[in-house]
Amino acid sequence: MSSILIAILLLATLALIFGAILGFAAVRFKVEGNPIVDQIDNLLPQTQCGQCSYPGCKPYAEAIAGGEKINKCPPGGESTIIALADLLGVEPEPLDAEHGAESAVPMVALIREDECIGCTKCIQACPIDAIMGAAKQMHTVIADECTGCDLCVEPCPVDCIDMVPIETTVQNWHWDKPDNLIATSKEAH
Amino acid sequence: MTDYLLILVSTILVNNFVLVQFLGLCPFMGVSNKLETAIGMSAATTFVLTLASVCSYLVYTYLLVPLDLEYLRTISFIMVIAVVVGFTEMAIRKTSPLLYRVLGIFLPLITTNCAVLGVALLNIKRDNSFVESILYGFGAAVGFSLVMVLFAAMRERIAVADVPKPFQGSAIAMITAGLMSLAFLGFTGLVSI
Repeated sequence: MSSILIAILLLATLALIFGAILGFAAVRFKVEGNPIVDQIDNLLPQTQCGQCSYPGCKPYAEAIAGGEKINKCPPGGESTIIALADLLGVEPEPLDAEHGAESAVPMVALIREDECIGCTKCIQACPIDAIMGAAKQMHTVIADECTGCDLCVEPCPVDCIDMVPIETTVQNWHWDKPDNLIATSKEAH
Repeated sequence: MTDYLLILVSTILVNNFVLVQFLGLCPFMGVSNKLETAIGMSAATTFVLTLASVCSYLVYTYLLVPLDLEYLRTISFIMVIAVVVGFTEMAIRKTSPLLYRVLGIFLPLITTNCAVLGVALLNIKRDNSFVESILYGFGAAVGFSLVMVLFAAMRERIAVADVPKPFQGSAIAMITAGLMSLAFLGFTGLVSI
């Protein structure tokens, strides 16, 4: 009986010690990710739209850190390119038209709901899960979540999705942003 | 001194872990498609096998034998090996990114390999001393690496060779491994240990 107890105790102690060692190592030898990638990722708009030909903002941030061009993000537009150029110390370039144009005003997707056939194709296309609905049921866009990346327009078989500009209402109106908010535009003046 | 040399020759050639004792066959077949990965795997295995034989020897001699718990060797060896490898992997990742890139993905893979546990158990079966255990583990690993690199080089040649259709892929690899195993049987009797 006591030998069994000793065996159990020994294994438990060993397991405890090993667990402590590994736990200590996990904290002590923690590896931080590449900090520049995180900084770039913070500047990107996080629409995860994939228009830059990368599967999301984080992969594009990694690619930029590896030397990719900074002008492939239509949702971010010129302000993102300038911020990136500032961070990386390179010249800002105009937006690469190959990856889509920046819309002048913020847009939001709108589904004409009586035309929707419930095919769920736009749901699969949406990078941020801003479309609600189920098969054979009408879908709708959660306007607050929509980033206006227009990826859902293309897959719709009945073309019932419109990109509409967000109307200025009392709730979302704000003063124009100051011109020389960032260092690079100050130097330009 | 001669004893130690004999242990090395015995484990590398005569009692080769892969081709004579048939331990560690999964990485032998799985990772030998490219010479580069085979070398990475060999390096990781060398490291793990040597370390594992040292640690398991210590645990067995100073914990299990005094407490009369020899029957717990398998489970405690598995635990020891997993912890040592896990710890080393984290340490390497922090201290040497270059080494981590070479060994990194293979280290956790080799942890549960039967050759690793095999070395630890054979050490006990053969009543090896501490130094002998280290050499036994190291020799086994060198033997593994030798066979691995040879086999990977052969498979790279076979990949471009004109192999009959029914034999393409794994089949010809198995045949090659069998022939290599036969060839290594030629070392039998070179040393008796």
